Amino acid sequence: MTRDPSRLLYAKSHEWADISEDSEGKVATIGISSFAIEQLTDLVYMDLPTSGKKVQAGEEFGEVESVKAVSPLYSPVSGEIIEVHSDLPENLDGLKDDPYDFGWIIKVRISGVGDIDGLMDHAAYQRQCSEEGG
Amino acid sequence: MHLAGYHRALPIVNDTPLAVTPLHDWHLSAGARMAPFAGFEMPIQYESIVAEHQACRHSAALFDVSHMGRLRFEGEGAAHLLDHLLTRRVTDLPVGGVRYALVCNAQAGVLDDVLVSHLETPSGRRFHMLVVNASNRAKIARWIAPHLADFPTVTMSDRTELTAMIAVQGPQAIAVIAALFKSKIERLRRYRAVITEQFGKPVIVSRTGYTGEDGVELIVRAEEARRVWENVLLAGRRDGFRAAGLGARDTLRLEAGMPLYGHELSDQIDPISAGLSFACNLDGRSFVGDEVLREIAVRGAASVRVGLTFDGKRPVREGCAIRDTNGRSIGWVTSGAPSPTLGRPIAMAMVDASAIDSETGQPVAPLEVDNRGTLQPANVVPLPFYRPVPT
Repeated sequence: MTRDPSRLLYAKSHEWADISEDSEGKVATIGISSFAIEQLTDLVYMDLPTSGKKVQAGEEFGEVESVKAVSPLYSPVSGEIIEVHSDLPENLDGLKDDPYDFGWIIKVRISGVGDIDGLMDHAAYQRQCSEEGG
Repeated sequence: MHLAGYHRALPIVNDTPLAVTPLHDWHLSAGARMAPFAGFEMPIQYESIVAEHQACRHSAALFDVSHMGRLRFEGEGAAHLLDHLLTRRVTDLPVGGVRYALVCNAQAGVLDDVLVSHLETPSGRRFHMLVVNASNRAKIARWIAPHLADFPTVTMSDRTELTAMIAVQGPQAIAVIAALFKSKIERLRRYRAVITEQFGKPVIVSRTGYTGEDGVELIVRAEEARRVWENVLLAGRRDGFRAAGLGARDTLRLEAGMPLYGHELSDQIDPISAGLSFACNLDGRSFVGDEVLREIAVRGAASVRVGLTFDGKRPVREGCAIRDTNGRSIGWVTSGAPSPTLGRPIAMAMVDASAIDSETGQPVAPLEVDNRGTLQPANVVPLPFYRPVPT
């Protein structure tokens, strides 16, 4: 599977969400954008939650650390974490090289209905990145 | 996530525009991430802090350190004035000599750590140069001003804005750039400095640095900065020279066990407690802070600066509390980062002297660091963390 960045939704805080549907409802696969990874550079550590944890949109669910700084990861959606990419912290080079497929971080079963309305499409997110000095 | 405060346009902090160095345009054109530091907009990194760090360890790196303060003292008695204000003797510093020293207040609190050089121009004028931290430049100039009244023949001039300072650091630095200078700088010993020429223009070459590597620090006129910078980069292109920002400078000096003012040093700590006894010369001297330092030298420091390493990958950052196994807080981390050379988190910390066996340097009981709520075991190791292989 190759995830197309232009078809993803984005939070202002640089997380991407790929929304899919199964028999029980909507699931968001969540990662961080290539722009964010390039800005952070030199990733050294990642702290992830365990599945089963509930998150609110905009709430911190983990953190990633570069040589210079600690950056919290915020969930773009509300719901329950149903899967965590637990191999990722040991493969941060993989996250850097392939942020949209190998680099997925968590999957969240979405609880809020209007939740994803506040997210940006790829074009809007690209505008934000260029304003931030990409 | 929040992307830390990097920016590419000149911001305004507290309504005061940030100062820029003579190399500012070069940094922007190289795509540097800029951030405010001590009133200057400085490059934090160009591409990767780790790549810049490794270039310095294996080849050489160039650092724009023009933000550091450069104070020049001239006239009869300049050495005596500085001798009165520094923890190390200045009166016997020969022409061409450089010393690391502290400026203390009367309570022996550290006001700054500095390099003092004794230099002579080609026309035979001698002067002393004090290189001070950017964040302390105004404070130190103010601190010295009243003492100048006691030395009416001495003048102090702030050369910071008229000049630029470029550090070239790494095992390849000297061999590659020696040909750029009129005098044979490869013969310059460590902690020696000379005024020479580069393309017919004056340059102070000092065999000093803040990375743990061999190398030089160059002081040139501001208008020459870009030419010198580009010449050095060009000379080292095939050997992998890179421009490096303050991010790599910080990880390099941390591996080298070197203190940074505002982290390991402040006016709340004396040089002996900060582990800088080597930079205090108390024998037969009188200088500001000497009495308190003598008392501390006799009774022993209340705290010690230690090196820490950690297992696992999670970086330990400044401010983390150090605890003994009873949960008692016995100190704090003053600087911490993932070490590119060691491949694990390292830190320097100030801990109660009673927690460390002065014979072995090891803790009397195991230490843990409170890393934002998670306790991580800390290994106490001798400083520096890194020493270059002798050549």
